[in-house]
Amino acid sequence: MSNTTTTAFEAEAITTKERTQLQLVTKRFFRHKAAVISLIGFITIVLFAFVGPYLWQWDHRIHTEIPSWAPPSPEHPFGSDRAGRDMMGTVMRATGQSLKVALVVALGSTFIGAVVGAVAGYYRGWVDALLMRLVDILFVIPFLVITAAMAGNVRGGTTWWHMALILMVFGWLGTSRAVRAEVLSLREKEFIEAARSVGGSDLHIIFRHLIPNTMSVIIVSATLQIAFAILSESTLSFLGLGIQAPDTSLGLLIQAAESSAFSERWYLFYIPGIFVILIALTINFVGDGLRDAMDPRQTMVRR
Amino acid sequence: MLVFTIRRIVMMIPVLIGASLLAFVLVSVSGDPVADQVFILEQSTGEPVPQETVDNIKERLYYDRSLPERYWLWLTGIGETNGDIGLLQGEWGPSIEGSAIDVGEEIGSRFWITLRLVLFATVASIAIAILTGVVSAVKQYSKVDYLLTFIGFLALSMPTFWFGLLMKEAAVQTNNAIGSTFFQTYRDSTRGFHGNGWEVFLDAIPYLIIPTIVLMLTGYAAMSRYQRASMLEVLNSDYVRLARAKGVRNGTVMRRHALRTALIPVATFAPLGLATAMGGSLVIERIFGWRGLGAFAYDAITHNDAFAVLGYLFISGVIVLIGILISDLMYGVLDPRIRYE
Amino acid sequence: MDLTVNGTRVEGSPGAGEKGELVLEVDDLNVGFPTDDGMVNAVRGVSYQLRRGQSLGIVGESGSGKSVTSMAVLGLLPKTAQVTGSAKLLGEELLGLGDAALSEVRGKRISMIFQDPLTSLNPVYTVGFQLAEAIRVHYPEVKRAEARERSIDLLDTVGIPNPSQRVDAYPHELSGGMRQRVVIAIAMANNPDVIIADEPTTALDVTVQAQVLEALERAREEVNAALILITHDLGVIAGHTDDVLVMYAGRPVEQGTVDEIFYEPRMPYTLGLIGSMPRMDEERGHRLTPVHGTPPSMLKLPSGCPFRPRCPMSQDICAEVEPDLLPIGSTGHVAACHFADQLEGKRPEDVFAPDSTDPEIEVAVESEAPQEPRSQEDM
Repeated sequence: MSNTTTTAFEAEAITTKERTQLQLVTKRFFRHKAAVISLIGFITIVLFAFVGPYLWQWDHRIHTEIPSWAPPSPEHPFGSDRAGRDMMGTVMRATGQSLKVALVVALGSTFIGAVVGAVAGYYRGWVDALLMRLVDILFVIPFLVITAAMAGNVRGGTTWWHMALILMVFGWLGTSRAVRAEVLSLREKEFIEAARSVGGSDLHIIFRHLIPNTMSVIIVSATLQIAFAILSESTLSFLGLGIQAPDTSLGLLIQAAESSAFSERWYLFYIPGIFVILIALTINFVGDGLRDAMDPRQTMVRR
Repeated sequence: MLVFTIRRIVMMIPVLIGASLLAFVLVSVSGDPVADQVFILEQSTGEPVPQETVDNIKERLYYDRSLPERYWLWLTGIGETNGDIGLLQGEWGPSIEGSAIDVGEEIGSRFWITLRLVLFATVASIAIAILTGVVSAVKQYSKVDYLLTFIGFLALSMPTFWFGLLMKEAAVQTNNAIGSTFFQTYRDSTRGFHGNGWEVFLDAIPYLIIPTIVLMLTGYAAMSRYQRASMLEVLNSDYVRLARAKGVRNGTVMRRHALRTALIPVATFAPLGLATAMGGSLVIERIFGWRGLGAFAYDAITHNDAFAVLGYLFISGVIVLIGILISDLMYGVLDPRIRYE
Repeated sequence: MDLTVNGTRVEGSPGAGEKGELVLEVDDLNVGFPTDDGMVNAVRGVSYQLRRGQSLGIVGESGSGKSVTSMAVLGLLPKTAQVTGSAKLLGEELLGLGDAALSEVRGKRISMIFQDPLTSLNPVYTVGFQLAEAIRVHYPEVKRAEARERSIDLLDTVGIPNPSQRVDAYPHELSGGMRQRVVIAIAMANNPDVIIADEPTTALDVTVQAQVLEALERAREEVNAALILITHDLGVIAGHTDDVLVMYAGRPVEQGTVDEIFYEPRMPYTLGLIGSMPRMDEERGHRLTPVHGTPPSMLKLPSGCPFRPRCPMSQDICAEVEPDLLPIGSTGHVAACHFADQLEGKRPEDVFAPDSTDPEIEVAVESEAPQEPRSQEDM
């Protein structure tokens, strides 16, 4: 038997092709139809909010030539409000502001949560006890009220940046718990032991070994943070404690159209509402798809 | 069980104190009620406020003291005070509105209005979430599962305030269509808490229906997903398989082995629902014109009424901790593994 | 105690009273799972016959379909599983029965022991409750107190000390070995005709394994049941079974008595398994001969013989024709290999290259036997 045939046979033994983790995850993710459709939907909304203003003639400001309360038409697809703002341009701006808050919150609070969770889980002992008590304490303080109290009192009007900062500071609790739980089991694994035995510093182990290995938890919780931040931001803006006029946000738009759900100006109520729902819905589905795709316990056949 | 309960309560005291300290610091740094009062006075009188008046306001609100001193006073009331501060002595601190509002009395009278709403909504959302979560898991990948999953995701993605406004307007439309005010969409009740319990209950029902449905939304969404996941895990577990291998029929396996165990993680999740519902009451009460704790918190925040905000944070912290306590106790009852911990 | 394989064996003890009565007859069992990537044929054409008092070992790597075979018999597979063939208990067909009818069989006529004792018991009920449940689900007329007494007896039989106290313990209060004994007690509770033990000792400490196997043996003798022992541990097979069924990629590849399988294997895979097992009866310098590579994906089996890619003897015909399970002599020993005849008298090291971690020996082995396929470790 020649060596070449042997190699050919051996190659055939591994009938499942070797794939990288990323390829595997991507393949699994794209099998989740709702998640794929949602990803496309979410990207479309992002483009609408950030590229749209360059293509659309109206912005979110009052223009005297726009009639007040114009119903949806080719000139104003989303209609116009009482003061004479084109709603299409306004919704673009509002969605953009809300998305900016959401993305910054997702990045920031996930970072804080991941670091706190990893540090607590890695060091155990008093560090863990201290950090987890802090999480317990923050959990007892009602999120909406404390963020409202902080956001409502920003001097010189609340901007999207303030909103993002405030939501970020209070939004990392869930992530830290999830990451900590993961790290607690990881730290007992051999590769951490190995990293420690070759003299890896704590910082090196946390950032090079622990956090990358909890990436699936981190990425999923980051996507869910986006949905959470969108809902929180629009709620606070609705209560008048978030982003302030003359700037705009989806929550403010809904507040302005508070009682028009069944009036002839229904569009003022439904369009911003549907945008909030679509952002949160698509991102939730994407998060779900990612979770399914990255769960190592997922196999193609169950027993 | 009693020892367990007492130990849990004792363990919660430092958390409550820590939370109150943190809340106190956050509220103090986020706004200065004295400056606000001075500004309002200036606006109404049109002339600069004399230093003497500023000092009086400061003294009345205890803002002439340092932050640690003020916290100590707020918590204990021990020290030189006007007798209107000190939680341990039953005084909640002065409101910026002066003697017109007593924070403690306000909270006391509004407490039951909000609690009624929050409890109704939490209990109802847990019940429905368990039911749909179990159905979803048992019928995994069926049309019913897909539908319930979609509804769950939709509920998770819908802002409470938007859904609230929609339901409120829908209720108004329904009332108009049937020509009577079946759904009350403004205020929390007609008679408040006057009369016997049954009368109060009957009176509150038409006011409660819509807000309860709205408040159920978020709690339901998270819980039903959670229940489905936990039920699925149990259904795929070895002990459910063993129970079936023993010859226990499917229905009995579901009831006795699967559901019973699948409820354990959900029990720990329930207090989170209570916390979310407390936050949600802020939005609900604003939309439906209720006069409960949520509206109280809203007014306090918009008026920068520090001690009122702190009062609300304190009472809602206590409610959440009681919720956690109940769930811990339920956990102990449901799961023998932690009984002797 | 003889195994009748595919009806080829005629001698033995037919009709030898209670002891040799044919209890379970599985014929051409096939199990498929539809997945997103196509049908996974987890079990293909498994047949065996089991007599009272007899013990059958099923060996194979993980994923070879050993467990699925038994779960299919009891209807414990997910609803999506497609099962064809036949499984008869005392002449009565089991496949296709509904949950209610199967529940009558499960735990009463055939009982099963699963691999992981740590997760096999429901954490929220006491051991006694779960034992009594097994009895009362089939005999509702048994009073609680009686069921409890019987549970204590059963715990005693499987060697649990202080059974009258342990009966009120929750699973988490018992060690892994104890929990597995509880599971065995549950399996023998209703004097079943067949006990299927699916890797009963895999999750346990080596020192506890022997005790659990002993408890299993005692349980079998006590209730005069037939035993199916599913394992990947040939040592367990050698000590506790009369007959052996070797499975590879969902298919039986060799069947015979334990002596035939161990001393006259006629399928390279069996040979490989034996060669990779450490043995007390070999001299010190003896080298283990591993089977390199991994089992094929059940979604995409290689053409012809599924073992071909890992087989050092493979020829062109192996890629074209999947060998049938053919008799070796007249004793009922069967094997699925085109070259079964050539394997007569071969030892594992004659077919597989011994493994080595010592580079010097590695080189020596390679130069000595250049025709041997290289290991796949470098892949």
